[in-house]
Amino acid sequence: MELTGAEIVCESLLKEGADVVFGLPGGAVLPLYGALSSYPGIRHILVRHEQAAAMAADGYSRATGKVGVCVATSGPGATNLVTGIAAAQMDSVAMVAITGQVPRPAIGRDAFQETDVTGVTLPITKHNMLVMDVKDVAQAIHDAFHIARTGRPGPVLVDIPRDVLLGEKTEFVWPTTTKLPGYKVPGEAPESQVAAAAELINKAERPLIMAGHGVLISHAYGLMTELAEKAQVPVITTLLGISSIPSDHELNLGMSGMHGMAYANIAIDEADLIIGLGMRFDDRVTGRISDFAPNAKIIHVDIDDSEVDKNVKTTVGLVGDLKAVLGQMLPKVEANVHIDWLRHIEELKIQHPSHLVRDSNELLPQYVLQRLTEVTQGRGIVVTGVGQHQMWAAQHCKFTEPNTFITSGGLGTMGFEVPAALGAQVGRPDSVVWSVCGDGGFQMTMCDIATAVESGADVKFAILNNTSLGMVHQLQDIFFEKDYVASEYTANPDFVKIAEAYGIRGIRVTQQDQVVNAVQQAMETAGPVIVDFMVKEDEIVYPFIPSGQSVKEMLEEPAPGEPSSKSSSKRSSTGRS
Amino acid sequence: MAQTNHTEQHTLIALVEDKPGVLTRVASMFRRRGFNIASLAVGNSEQPGLSRMTFVVNGDDYTVGQVAKQLDKLIDVIEVSDITKESIVTRELALLKVTTTPMTRGEIIQIVNLFRANIIDVGSESMVIEITGEQDKTNALNALLQPFGIIEMHRTGVVAMVRGQANGLATGYAGRCNGSVHN
Repeated sequence: MELTGAEIVCESLLKEGADVVFGLPGGAVLPLYGALSSYPGIRHILVRHEQAAAMAADGYSRATGKVGVCVATSGPGATNLVTGIAAAQMDSVAMVAITGQVPRPAIGRDAFQETDVTGVTLPITKHNMLVMDVKDVAQAIHDAFHIARTGRPGPVLVDIPRDVLLGEKTEFVWPTTTKLPGYKVPGEAPESQVAAAAELINKAERPLIMAGHGVLISHAYGLMTELAEKAQVPVITTLLGISSIPSDHELNLGMSGMHGMAYANIAIDEADLIIGLGMRFDDRVTGRISDFAPNAKIIHVDIDDSEVDKNVKTTVGLVGDLKAVLGQMLPKVEANVHIDWLRHIEELKIQHPSHLVRDSNELLPQYVLQRLTEVTQGRGIVVTGVGQHQMWAAQHCKFTEPNTFITSGGLGTMGFEVPAALGAQVGRPDSVVWSVCGDGGFQMTMCDIATAVESGADVKFAILNNTSLGMVHQLQDIFFEKDYVASEYTANPDFVKIAEAYGIRGIRVTQQDQVVNAVQQAMETAGPVIVDFMVKEDEIVYPFIPSGQSVKEMLEEPAPGEPSSKSSSKRSSTGRS
Repeated sequence: MAQTNHTEQHTLIALVEDKPGVLTRVASMFRRRGFNIASLAVGNSEQPGLSRMTFVVNGDDYTVGQVAKQLDKLIDVIEVSDITKESIVTRELALLKVTTTPMTRGEIIQIVNLFRANIIDVGSESMVIEITGEQDKTNALNALLQPFGIIEMHRTGVVAMVRGQANGLATGYAGRCNGSVHN
């Protein structure tokens, strides 16, 4: 049967197993919406801003391991996707974005709502394409999904002119293969290199695994834990590697880097071997590169050849799928105990207890997160925005299952927490999804609370409300002589009333003894809930290795009674509701 | 990352899909990663639907290794090879428009003949010279003609080919640089 381009898009989405799309219609993409109504197998979730469509697709993808799909119209619709696409690119998230384009005869004439979106997204997509013939639509969608989900995942944008969606019909033929002669997906690594890596592990006295997002993407968590246990190698996770090993696993040292655990950073400094798995030695992880792991040889396993030797010089670089490579490596790695090394790390934990929260009568944000994670018992999904609350969540939330911590790492996108949590909840409807928000980021995307309500996405929003852009405030505190320009909100809305306005429950928490009850209440309430935690202002995220510095310059939380690294704040407490 | 290697000129060749936007993708990658292209030549290859690109890139081994990997990562790029250390032939075509007077014309023609270059247009006060060869040869001719006054120069950029049976790619970048062991 002959189909329109729009119908072919829908057929192709179903072939690729995409049963949920997040989007917002407009003129150029409207033919696709016209076809959608005939495809009940595809659930369309209408967002309030296209930014949310991209970020929801991102959260959906990370929570499910499937390709997240978002749809927008030409021009402003497409450009509104850009931040979400860039975030997906930085964090290697499988996403397909489908955008309408002005009709072919209008392209290049600055037509109404025309933007060269393949040009705009060229540097922030894994690949993109403009489909100029209805006969190419099926192949384009097939190739897009293949590129998005295989190898190092990433976003792929498919731009389709209106008259390709709704014009000449053609026979729908689902392609049997991709047409991508230049696209290679690594599998196993060369045996000789794997052997060289195993030999380094067997000889190491102070080895450390650094686990990144690739461990989760490649489903390599089981094999990684097996490797760690067999050779008794402690595991450090990057921000995106969190949940690749259970938080309470005795070999899990938590996150390292700029706001990582002090003992994890010191361990890296002392290690004689770093085994980087599916991570990219990003500057937030390494600090000053010349001082990173100065005593260590480095094994780096990544599926993206261009990551190996990019930031740090490796001793052995293995290009391949992490699960496959660990499968090759495990039999070659000898059982070991590393008693002295593990005992030393236990001592470091006692000397540098960065995972503990100090006693205080005030409502500390860290305290809130510790109680929250106790109530959920580390089950369910935590999604965060970007800033202080994100770092505290990374430090204090506990995880028992893979793919349960979803955060914008590489791009650091504020506002991610609302739509990404919505997407995660849509993808995993049986999971409890907590969106840990900053009051800054929440206000960037809170319009899509409406989307959560409409789509029945039962997200619980925990706003750690310090009436400021906390991380900016912290940087001004330490590096800009407490010149808090443009980082304090004096007229935040009442988030409980915001909740009520959206027809959902809102709970305000101002004291420690209300925290557990509020979290339980939120989880017992059907539908989305906003809990507004009025946390202590001016709290600093410790430990802190300032940008471009090393573990030697790490600031740790002063012990009680010790002079704080900062003096009393000059800010007022206006803006509290 | 310590960059201890000295900077030198590398020649890379790539086989790419002949699609709209490929040149933009390649150029955009060079720009956003901060790599400099000394010269770039692109044209049809022996295979329909595929183009061949020759890049001359200045950089140390680390930088050029990154260039090759980032190029190879582009979906439309089928294969990349750094052929600098291979036995290769390279050619570039250049057109030079030189100021002439009745007094200088003879001397210029002598120089052109010495270089086995061709005069392809002669006017009353200028002539256009075509030269094909390695870049050094064009540089030398350019230097000798400078005193007469060069009105315009247009160089195509280098195209390169590995000598012998190999096509420069089958055992090229993808075959050699997949992972690494440094002792």
